[in-house]
Amino acid sequence: MVQAPGEVGTVFELFRKSKYFTVQPESKREIPEGLWIKCRCREILFSKDLSRNYKVCQKCGHHFRLTAWERIELTLDPDSFVEFDADLEPRDILEFPGYAQKLAKAQEETGLREAVVTGEGTIGGHRVVVVVMDAHFIMGSMGTVVGEKVARAAERALEKRVPLVAFSASGGARMQEGILSLMQMGKTAAALGRLDQAGLLYISVLTDPTMGGVSASFGFLGDIILAEPGALIGFAGPRVIEQTIRQKLPDGFQQAEFLQEHGFVDLVVPRNRLRDTIIKILGLHQQGE
Amino acid sequence: MPTVFDFEKPIYELETKIAELKQFSADKGLNLNREIEVLEQRALELKRSTYGNLTPWQKVLIARHPNRLGARDYIDNFCTDFVELHGDRAFGDDPAVVGGIGRMNGYAVTVVGHQKGRDTKENLVRNFGMLHPDGCRKVLRLMRQAEKFGRPLVCFVDTPGAHCGIGAEERGQAEAIARNLMALSTLKVPIVVVVIGEGGSGGALALGMGDRILMQEHSVFSVSSPEACASIIWKDAGRAREAAEMLKLTAQDLLRWGVIDEIVPEPLGGVHRDPEQALELLREALFRHLDEICRLDRGELLRTRYHKYRAIGNL
Repeated sequence: MVQAPGEVGTVFELFRKSKYFTVQPESKREIPEGLWIKCRCREILFSKDLSRNYKVCQKCGHHFRLTAWERIELTLDPDSFVEFDADLEPRDILEFPGYAQKLAKAQEETGLREAVVTGEGTIGGHRVVVVVMDAHFIMGSMGTVVGEKVARAAERALEKRVPLVAFSASGGARMQEGILSLMQMGKTAAALGRLDQAGLLYISVLTDPTMGGVSASFGFLGDIILAEPGALIGFAGPRVIEQTIRQKLPDGFQQAEFLQEHGFVDLVVPRNRLRDTIIKILGLHQQGE
Repeated sequence: MPTVFDFEKPIYELETKIAELKQFSADKGLNLNREIEVLEQRALELKRSTYGNLTPWQKVLIARHPNRLGARDYIDNFCTDFVELHGDRAFGDDPAVVGGIGRMNGYAVTVVGHQKGRDTKENLVRNFGMLHPDGCRKVLRLMRQAEKFGRPLVCFVDTPGAHCGIGAEERGQAEAIARNLMALSTLKVPIVVVVIGEGGSGGALALGMGDRILMQEHSVFSVSSPEACASIIWKDAGRAREAAEMLKLTAQDLLRWGVIDEIVPEPLGGVHRDPEQALELLREALFRHLDEICRLDRGELLRTRYHKYRAIGNL
């Protein structure tokens, strides 16, 4: 059967999928990496402006996650920080499939050896030992080296008799180090127990996210517990809870403000006031000043 | 109908055959003793090879066996004058943990434990041994009381993990666990912990730190339940068996890493196959450790406990 060319076209048109331009709303390809950053409120932010504003969106107030070194720069007095235990390196003790590669990749991408940086320095002139976690390194999960560095930091604070300030950012215990990760909760809690009994101050700052094995150990053991606005804080992750109870979680559930409302966080402090708040608290724990 | 796992089927079939043969020999008045003896020997060998080479996942199954003894069974058997104490004095009484005071091997002790149910109905009440923050705080209260009166603390661990839900988060699950860990690490009385089934995540550790940690031969103890681990790593709880193999959660693994102090043998095939013998085996080990740590100087006890936890993972 011979058909007119126009008819063939029509039949084909019927079955042909319409072509559209695909727009990927979340794609970073459109935006040169590092120069422009898109906030979840859809605002496009110039990365230099964002950095100047403590990495907080000027429009919606969203607090972007900081790297450990950004946090240190933002919090400690310039050039006062001296790192502890920089040489401690995680190992794949359980020979957990894929873990060695995951570690190598995280190290390459972050330039860190582990998910926590510890050290001493001054904040507003006050000597402190600090623990700073980095969620960019395997979601800040706690394995043996993270636990060891936190415990050593607490012991150094005790030895030097200075306050400990910890910034947590972690999805919880690191599955790939199994039971040894779980035991780091015990290890850090034990070290903080000694600090507590010695009457020394521990300020715990919960940042996005602080979950599971980290919130359930050194995260919630602070004498004073601060949190950044909007930070996800809790024990079980929201996805796991939703799957378990098979219902949608209420808005704001497990956010810093929710924790303050329920009595588990002393104060939610925006990042631009965090350093001053910590200085004020440190000052109030100094005798005779 | 007893719970029989696939890997146990050859054993049960053989045991059934032996029972039939015995019945047949009795009914007909035939002497089949030699044949029965041969079969019994074969059954014993089969049991030894099966139960002596359990995979981690098979141990998880045995650790969760519905007929396995629970905390209350041990407490009732090991304690005289047990008085159960309820509540956290703040919110409520969490039935997922039991606690109280009693006399054990001559010592007045405080005893706490996760408590699962024996059947679905009881499990709904006990929440499968998954404690809420109120359960943690009940334990914390009893710990502090033990310290006040100088009583040793005995903890039985048997939980898939802390409860996961809205109320638990609202009432501070993480904070409650953290407080228990700090309290256990500094508590000024001797503490013996026995993992009697499964020990999963922070919910287990909240009752699971002490001077001596014992594990029954086929019990498991891990950073999370295999299901939760599979869900976290692969977003697929169905791969729990695989996760169990990787987590290194058996008593044998944990002893090798110095996480626990002793493995308490179980009757061949697990606690549920001979509860009486299981009670005797655990009684011996628990009383011996309790006695040892109660004789130690308290300062020494606390220093040793601290260094034990400080050393874990520094391999």
